[in-house]
Amino acid sequence: MGDLWQGLAQAFWLVVTFDATLVEITARSLRVTLSAVFIATLIGVPFGVWLALNRFRLRRLTIAVLNALMGLPPVVVGLIVYILLSRSGPFGVLNLLFTPTAMVIAQVIIITPLIASIAHQASRELWAEYHDLLISLGATRRQRLVTLIWDGRRSLLTATLAGFGRAIGEVGAIMIVGGNIDHLTRVLTTAISLETSKGNFAIALALGFVLIGLSIAVNLLAHMLSGTERGRRW
Amino acid sequence: MVTSILPMTLSGAKARVQGKQILGPVDLTLGVSGVTMLIGPNGAGKTTLLRLIHGLQRQSAGAQDWAVPVEDARAAQAFIFQHPTLMRRSVLDNIAYPLRLRGVSRKQARAQADHWAGRCGVGDHLDQPASSLSGGERQKLALARALIRAPEMLILDEPTAHLDGRSTREVEAILLDAVARDTRLLMATHDMGQARRLGTEVVFLHNGTVVETGPASEFFKAPQTKEANAFLNGDILE
Amino acid sequence: MKRLFGALVGMMMTLPAMADEMKLAVTTSFHNSGLSDILLPVIKDDLGLDVHLIIVGTGQAIRLGEAGDVDAILVHSRGAEEAFLAGGFGTHRREIMYNDFVVIGPANDPAAIADAADAGAALKAIADAGALFASRGDDSGTHKKELSLWATAGIQDRDVSWYREAGAGMGATLNAAAGMGAYVLADRASWLNFGNKDGMALLFAGDPVLFNQYAFLPVSSALHPHVKIDLSTRLEAWLVSDKAQDMIGAYAINGEVLFTPNAVD
Repeated sequence: MGDLWQGLAQAFWLVVTFDATLVEITARSLRVTLSAVFIATLIGVPFGVWLALNRFRLRRLTIAVLNALMGLPPVVVGLIVYILLSRSGPFGVLNLLFTPTAMVIAQVIIITPLIASIAHQASRELWAEYHDLLISLGATRRQRLVTLIWDGRRSLLTATLAGFGRAIGEVGAIMIVGGNIDHLTRVLTTAISLETSKGNFAIALALGFVLIGLSIAVNLLAHMLSGTERGRRW
Repeated sequence: MVTSILPMTLSGAKARVQGKQILGPVDLTLGVSGVTMLIGPNGAGKTTLLRLIHGLQRQSAGAQDWAVPVEDARAAQAFIFQHPTLMRRSVLDNIAYPLRLRGVSRKQARAQADHWAGRCGVGDHLDQPASSLSGGERQKLALARALIRAPEMLILDEPTAHLDGRSTREVEAILLDAVARDTRLLMATHDMGQARRLGTEVVFLHNGTVVETGPASEFFKAPQTKEANAFLNGDILE
Repeated sequence: MKRLFGALVGMMMTLPAMADEMKLAVTTSFHNSGLSDILLPVIKDDLGLDVHLIIVGTGQAIRLGEAGDVDAILVHSRGAEEAFLAGGFGTHRREIMYNDFVVIGPANDPAAIADAADAGAALKAIADAGALFASRGDDSGTHKKELSLWATAGIQDRDVSWYREAGAGMGATLNAAAGMGAYVLADRASWLNFGNKDGMALLFAGDPVLFNQYAFLPVSSALHPHVKIDLSTRLEAWLVSDKAQDMIGAYAINGEVLFTPNAVD
C-alpha cells in the first residue's frame, strides 16, 4: 500500500513541477499515439461504415475476421513489424527501426481493426434508420457512405476514443520496434516497464498515474468538444 | 417539353417476403394525371404495393412498365413514409439534403429549403434539430423534403395516420397545392373521408390483389364488388 | 573578403561536429547496474557521440547484431559471443570489465546456502531442500551461467515444484523471486541497484566460477555495410582507455564497487 501512496505523491510532484523527463516522454507518448489514431481513423472509419452499407458474398467472413483481428496480441504485431523493418528485412532500407515512426506503424496495425469494428457496429443502427430514405432519394453508394459518416460522427467518435485508449496504454509492440531508447523512443508505457523491471515501483506507479490522468483528460476533452452529453438525442 | 414518366402499368406483379407471397398478382395502370387513392383493410398489401412501385420492394414476378426507363421514373418520384425518417441534422439541412445529393451548392440548397419549409409550414424551426419537431411538423418536413425535388409523382403511405385533425388539414392543403401544380399523387389511406376529399380514382386492395378500381365519385356512391361494399360499411374483411 | 571567409572556415573547423549517433544493444543486467547513466554523458562530451542504448536480453541483443539493426553489442555470454563471431556477424570481441554473480534468497535462508563451500554446493543445497528457485529462463548470459552451474553440480532434474523459469529480464526475475520468496542467481550490479529488496538478502558470493565477463563486439560491416564501424571503433577505444577504465572501477553503489575493469590494450 505504501507504494501506492508514494506513487500518487510522486505523480503529483512530477506533474506540478513540470519534470523535464516526464514532459518529454509524455509529449512523445501523445505524438506517437495521436498520429496512430489519426491514421487508423482515416482508414478504419470509412471501412467500417462501408462494411455496414454493402452486402457482398464474403461479408460475414470479413466481419468475423475483423472482429478477430481486434484480439491481435500487440507484442506479436511488434515482432512482425520488427522483422519487416529490420535491416535484414524487406523494408530495412527505409531505416525506420527504433524510431517513433516504427512505433506509429505498429500501433496503426493494432488499432485499425478495433476502430473499423466499432465503426461498423455503430453504423448498422444508423443505416437501418436511413436505409429506405437514402435509397428513395437516389443517393449513390459514395453519397451514402459520406452521409452515414457525417451524420453518425458522434457515435463514430467512440471508435476513435477506443483506439486511443488501446494505443496510449500499449507497450509490447512499441518496446520491440522502438527499443525504448532514452530521448528517442522512450514513452510513458515503456518507461513504466523499465522502472518496474528495475524494482522502482514508486516511480513506475507515478508514471502510471500520469498515464491514467492523461487518458481521462483526453477522453473528457473529446466529449466536451463534440457535445455528446449535452442533452441532445444523439 | 419533358416526357412524363406515366402512364405506368403493372402486369402480374408479385412480391415475396421471406419466401411467402404477400402481394399479387396485381394488374394496375396509373394514368398521366389524377390523385389515386389506395384503400383496403390492414394487411391487404398497400404498403408493399407502394414500395414495389417505388423500387423499395423487390418484384418477384410480372412486369412493371413506365413511359421512360425505370431508373429515370424512380428519380422523378418522391416517397412519404408513414413514420417520416428524419436525418440527424437541423430541419433546414434535412430539407436541403436531396438537393445536396444532386450537387447543388450548400448556399443555394439551403435557400430553396428555406422557401419550401415556409410553404409547408415548418419555417419557424429551421435551425433546430429535426428530432425536436412534433409529429405533424415532421410530416410537413418530409413533404418539404419531397417537394423540393419537384417530383412528377408523389407516393404517400398513410401520411396522416398518426396526426391530429389540424395537422391532417394542413398536410392535405399542401397536397392539394401540389396537385394544382400538376403533381401526380398515389396515396394509401385508411381515412375514407380523406379518400373522398382528395381522390379522383380509387384502387381497392384486399389479400394482395386489386379487387376493384374506378373513378372516386362512382366508387363511393356505388361500389361494384361485395368486398368493397362490406369495407365501406365498416365490416371486418378477412 | 577572403580573410573573413578564411576566419569563418577556421571557426567552423573548431566547432564541435554535429553529434554522431550509433546504436548499441546492451543487456538488461548491464543497464540495471546504472553504469550506463554515468558513462553516456561523458562519452557525449569526449567523443561528441550519442550512444543509443537498446536494452534487451542477451539473446535479443545477439539477434539485433546478426540482423545489422545495431552497430555493436555489449554482452556477457562467452559462448554466444564466440558463435556470433564464428558466424561472421562481428569483427572481434574486446573484454571491457567483469562483475560477479551472487546468489540472492529469502533472508531466513531456508536451504542454508550461506555456509556452502562453493557455488555448486550452494545450488545443490537448494535442490536438496526443494527450496524455491527463480531462473531467468531467457537464454541470457545470466541464464547460461546458471545452467552451467547446475550442470557442474550434476543436478539434471529441476522440476517445477521448486524451480521456476521466469522467462524474463534480471529485474523482472528479481521481482518474481521477491514475490515468491525464492532463491535467484543475479549479477551483483543488478542486485545492488534493485529497488524492491524487501525480505531478500545476498546469501552467497565469491566463488571464482561466478565471475561475469562483459565484452564489446562491433557488428561486422562486411555483412552489413551500413553499420557505423568507425563510430563503434571510437567507442571501443574510449571504453578501454585509462579514463573509462578508471571510471568503471570507481563506480559504486552504497560504497560497494560493482565492476572490475580488465581491458587489455
